[in-house]
Amino acid sequence: MKEIRTPVSKEDVLSLRAGDVLYLSGVLVTARDRAHRRAVEQPEDVPVSLNVVYHCGPLVRKRRGAWEVLSAGPTTSARMEPYLEQLLEKFSTRLVIGKGGFSKAAIELLKKHACAYLAFTGGAGALAARAIKRVREVHWLELGIPEALWVLEVEKFGPLVVAMDAHGESIYRAAIP
Amino acid sequence: MRSELVELIRVAVTSLPEDVEKALHHALDREENPLAKLQLETILKNVAYAREHSLPLCQDTGVPIFLVRGFSNPGEVAEEIRQAVREATLKVPLRPSIVDALTRRNTGDNTGEGVPVIHFLPGDEKSITFLAKGAGSENVSRAQMLPARKGIAGIKRFVLETLRSAGAKPCPPVIVGVGIGGTLEHAAMLAKEALLAPLSERNPREELAELEEELLEEINALGIGAMGMGGNTTCLAVKVLASACHTASLPVAVSVQCWAHRYARLRRVRNAWVVEQ
Repeated sequence: MKEIRTPVSKEDVLSLRAGDVLYLSGVLVTARDRAHRRAVEQPEDVPVSLNVVYHCGPLVRKRRGAWEVLSAGPTTSARMEPYLEQLLEKFSTRLVIGKGGFSKAAIELLKKHACAYLAFTGGAGALAARAIKRVREVHWLELGIPEALWVLEVEKFGPLVVAMDAHGESIYRAAIP
Repeated sequence: MRSELVELIRVAVTSLPEDVEKALHHALDREENPLAKLQLETILKNVAYAREHSLPLCQDTGVPIFLVRGFSNPGEVAEEIRQAVREATLKVPLRPSIVDALTRRNTGDNTGEGVPVIHFLPGDEKSITFLAKGAGSENVSRAQMLPARKGIAGIKRFVLETLRSAGAKPCPPVIVGVGIGGTLEHAAMLAKEALLAPLSERNPREELAELEEELLEEINALGIGAMGMGGNTTCLAVKVLASACHTASLPVAVSVQCWAHRYARLRRVRNAWVVEQ
């Protein structure tokens, strides 16, 4: 079982090949459409490292003043593709985690910026939440709970499939013609 | 009825109907692609874990949709449902996913103008069906007025094209509801209702039963597979409902549903409300 820890380096990313299965430990940040838009428009406002971005709008609950994540599977990555190029340019993101993949055009972007796209099983929100040990911070809650930046500590989050690697390879065939 | 409605929502979002889970097991049994297999295994692990801990199996608890039958007081029932959605959002809990369509401001309680979506249908027996419809699959659903001359071949082409362009976005293996006939909105409603039939039940109308079988085979031949990773199973079942329509029209709608087909029914049994899934 391959494991990878954050912060993820360029070398880490280059060691990943499409079809690899791995588990991630460390810190990741959730971002959906609205957070992506704000991040690329006002990069100076982004309060955390976007080393690992997770396309996810978690289901959370506040208990005794602390946030608890109950279900946190991936959302459809295609919606965030229009922001991918600027995200990679401005934040040097090394891993993007989501579901469903990007279009073929994104393969070149990932290669150029040494970023890999990992897929977690869509709908497996309860299992994902089990790997989330703590909510470290939350920013931009004014965008609504699903759209905020949730900074999450995870342990052995996976199985994650390297679906589009930084070498121009993708596991999607029929799904992304 | 409020607490029963909240329970209806809880059951629907934390567990999967037995026939859907069975279909997923069946898909895993005959899958050969190792990555698709891994997806199906993870799906089934998640289903068991969510049920055991009463957790929403997917964080997208969706748009709340209700099909209400046999009630003569729609105004009161609608208000009860609205309150139950608010309560369930706090208690189950549900993710607040509903926003104003134009300002995009989140309402915070999963209600809003016209939401929950409630359909009142005729029926002798009182029942309320709840369906949690996630956006990943709803976003790739389609309705179209086909030229009448296109016939069954045109319907098939439209359904296949919808699924092909959907790719991995709706979280396959999916369940596909097809509505044919009526008007634009009626076909869309039929497509949604079609999703609520037991998966293994054969369509009583022979042409439709054949259409379902052919479509299932052809969608699976697309090779998209579980989560787009290839393999044998892109679709678990196709369900078709048809109405009559105008001689000049052929309305068709496709309601795509993710594998996490979360729905349950509240039914009146001997003076008590019972949640069935």
